[in-house]
Amino acid sequence: MVIKRKEFLQIGSLATASFMLPKFLKAFEKPMLVPPGNKVVVVIQFSGGNDGLNTVIPVRNDIYYKERPRLGIKKESSLLLTDEVGLNPALAAFKGLYDEGNLSILNSVGYPNPDRSHFRSMDIWHSASESNEYVNTGWIGRYLDAQCHGCDKPTQALEVDDLLSLALKGEMNKAIAVKDPKRLYTSSNEKYYKDITADHAKGEDTIDYLYKTMSETLSSADYIYQQSKLHPTNAIYPSTALGKDLKTIASLILSDINTKVYYVSLGSFDTHVNQEGTQKRLFTELNDAVKAFTDDLKKNNRFEDVLMMTFSEFGRRVSQNASGGTDHGTANNMFFIGGGLKQKGLINALPDLSDLNDGDLKYNVDFKNVYATVLNKWLAADDKMILGKQFETLNFI
Amino acid sequence: MPVTNRLKNQHLLWRTAFGPMAENVADLDKLSQKQLWTLLLKTSSSTPVKIDVAQNLVDGFFKGMQDVVEMQKKELDKDQKKKLREQSREDLKNLNIRWLDEMINSEAQLREKVALFWHGHFACRVINSYFQQELLDVIRANALGNFKDLLRGVSKSAAMLQFLNNQQNKKQHPNENFAREVMELFTLGRGNYTETDIKEAAKAFTGWGFNLGGDFVFKKNQHDNDNKTVLGKTGNFNGDDVIDILLEQKQTAFFIAKKIYKFFVNENVDTEKVQWLGNRFYDNGYDIKKLLEDIFTSDWFYAEKNIGTKIKSPIELLAGIRRFLPMQMQNDQAQLLFQRTLGQVLFYPPNVAGWPGGKTWIDSSTLMLRLRIPQILTANEALNIKPKDDDDVMMGQMMEAKLKKIKEVTKGGVGVVEWGLVNKVYESTTRENLLPKISETLLQTKNKVSTSVLSKYVNNESRENYIKSAIVNIMSTPEYQLC
Repeated sequence: MVIKRKEFLQIGSLATASFMLPKFLKAFEKPMLVPPGNKVVVVIQFSGGNDGLNTVIPVRNDIYYKERPRLGIKKESSLLLTDEVGLNPALAAFKGLYDEGNLSILNSVGYPNPDRSHFRSMDIWHSASESNEYVNTGWIGRYLDAQCHGCDKPTQALEVDDLLSLALKGEMNKAIAVKDPKRLYTSSNEKYYKDITADHAKGEDTIDYLYKTMSETLSSADYIYQQSKLHPTNAIYPSTALGKDLKTIASLILSDINTKVYYVSLGSFDTHVNQEGTQKRLFTELNDAVKAFTDDLKKNNRFEDVLMMTFSEFGRRVSQNASGGTDHGTANNMFFIGGGLKQKGLINALPDLSDLNDGDLKYNVDFKNVYATVLNKWLAADDKMILGKQFETLNFI
Repeated sequence: MPVTNRLKNQHLLWRTAFGPMAENVADLDKLSQKQLWTLLLKTSSSTPVKIDVAQNLVDGFFKGMQDVVEMQKKELDKDQKKKLREQSREDLKNLNIRWLDEMINSEAQLREKVALFWHGHFACRVINSYFQQELLDVIRANALGNFKDLLRGVSKSAAMLQFLNNQQNKKQHPNENFAREVMELFTLGRGNYTETDIKEAAKAFTGWGFNLGGDFVFKKNQHDNDNKTVLGKTGNFNGDDVIDILLEQKQTAFFIAKKIYKFFVNENVDTEKVQWLGNRFYDNGYDIKKLLEDIFTSDWFYAEKNIGTKIKSPIELLAGIRRFLPMQMQNDQAQLLFQRTLGQVLFYPPNVAGWPGGKTWIDSSTLMLRLRIPQILTANEALNIKPKDDDDVMMGQMMEAKLKKIKEVTKGGVGVVEWGLVNKVYESTTRENLLPKISETLLQTKNKVSTSVLSKYVNNESRENYIKSAIVNIMSTPEYQLC
């Protein structure tokens, strides 16, 4: 009942009437509307294996230019962060975030005995397992298990997609995948499903599990759609896939929804051929969408509460191949973006190109340490239980 | 609810085959389970015809080739390599569709179902259509034979040796991947060997490789001839010796029996039954057919707790619908799209451990999609879902062309059902008995969707439409996801 009244207040007296409000009252509007301090994580997955060396560029490294006579990005063209480090020219907004102290970069992230198959390596990142283990649940899914004990809808984690990734599947709970809140709402709103759900009497375990999933999906669809209408952002986003996805996420962050983790993918970064063009196209999409998103959050005073992180299943080999591309590699860098970073800029050294493993970068930081950090320090969750082991946390948040 | 004779027969058909055909409905009241089991065995007794899809380019290319060195010598230009890869991927799609067709149309239902089990057990993900079709042939030919032959055949297949990196397993540089998975996933299971056993077994497998013609090759000069100690036995073992040692372990029989039980009987294992089955399997010298007979001729297999409590895999669901309804498929792409979006594409297991099955098939997206599949197949509902990119398959290709294709294939009505045949099946059923009758022929669960809810959604325009809408609606329920 309390919640109902609150919504009524928001929609009836503030949201719809906000155009008529005097300016000084408008200033009060946002802080009253959002749950204070609801920390959220936005994960952006670079599918296909993004080339980290042409993302964060070692502009004073001779080995880099020697191994990449054609693909190496010249110091003059890169966006210089320091005398030795440049960003890919398509990432101007990232440079801006860096200058403001709202971006940090973690280099040489990976795991022992790396696998070069997309599918397998992605599996390892999603499940947070060792490379010789096969785990059927994901790290965010297990976070959901920990958060969502006996809850009626698993909306603490959402993937903006038609299908759900392994990362968001837990043992007991699985997150919801939603590409477009309205479509999820209308497609699963079919009366027939609701009728048979209402008619189902408790039975054997497996059938109950299916009905539980169905009823959670129906009520989540309802809830997500209502929330997405509550305070839809009016900021302008690029009309790319990622632009639309981040706009959906922003609207939900500005609502009262209980979602703590958002997950979205961009790809394919599998640049065996014509890397320059492909990476530029994808980074432009990324750059413009992230720019709109971070501006939007800042304007609405939520930037401090949001941590955005990027990852890819692997980096690429140091040497270019003969087709204007690079082949599957190992360790890679990650970006962290947000108003609440404790270590800004470059967190650690660039990879050592003179110390390679069969032409591949050696990892320095296990990605599971990153997960532990995010779970523990940002989401205040029991990282040890979720990851099955105690991983040391890092200090970037 | 009494476990009727029909329910038991349908249970047997769902577990050992791909479900009943509409045309069988009347017979299933009369036959006994013993009779039906005998029929299943009989129809699967002949040697399968190999599914041969690796056409021209790939086939011709690999057959002429003796070893990797020769391939490197040949120095294919970029174009040729690309063509080869593309052809291989196309072939794999055909292999997928052709095998799926076998599952639906073949009289050797038992063999294809058991082959599907082994396809998951010996999970292998390589983009080489020629190697994959040879491996499938080994699996189908030995599906009901002896596990010893099957294990050896799979272990010596080019596909598996490549997938598990045994080409790189050399005396000077051992690669343990193959040895590890043979023990962990194919025979003993985790916790029944030590890391030293793996290291030593890997030494025994050094030199096991293949040529590009897909033939097994033993490379003498790469083999480690030192003594090895595996599971307490010491000698100058080769790969075959290690496989013998693994088969001598009773644990292998228990491990396989347990996995078979989980796939064919119940996800929740009855330890006593598995113990009994494992002992029998071992004593019968790993005879797969006898193991299955022990299960399907037992009384406990037909216990209420085992009926209608297993979540169908996507392949079982899709094949089950097509097996029940006589249906002409209009386009193959849609069938591949269903597999991708539901999470099970033949020849593309998620990893070497295969599809985990059970509740992992189900999440909000896959469940809602499953419920819509009967509509999409038989009526005009379009599928508006974008599958996730699979970079292993796409090799960096642009998605745009693919997406256009997908839009084309998902307009709905991808199958044309001969409803006339289906109507005949229910000819003698009175109108008021139609819903319960259709419901009991389609559903295995104890609780069924109430006829009062169903009757609100059936099409009353004609008897044919009534039957059609009832079937599609009943297939669009959580209950139908179980068998």
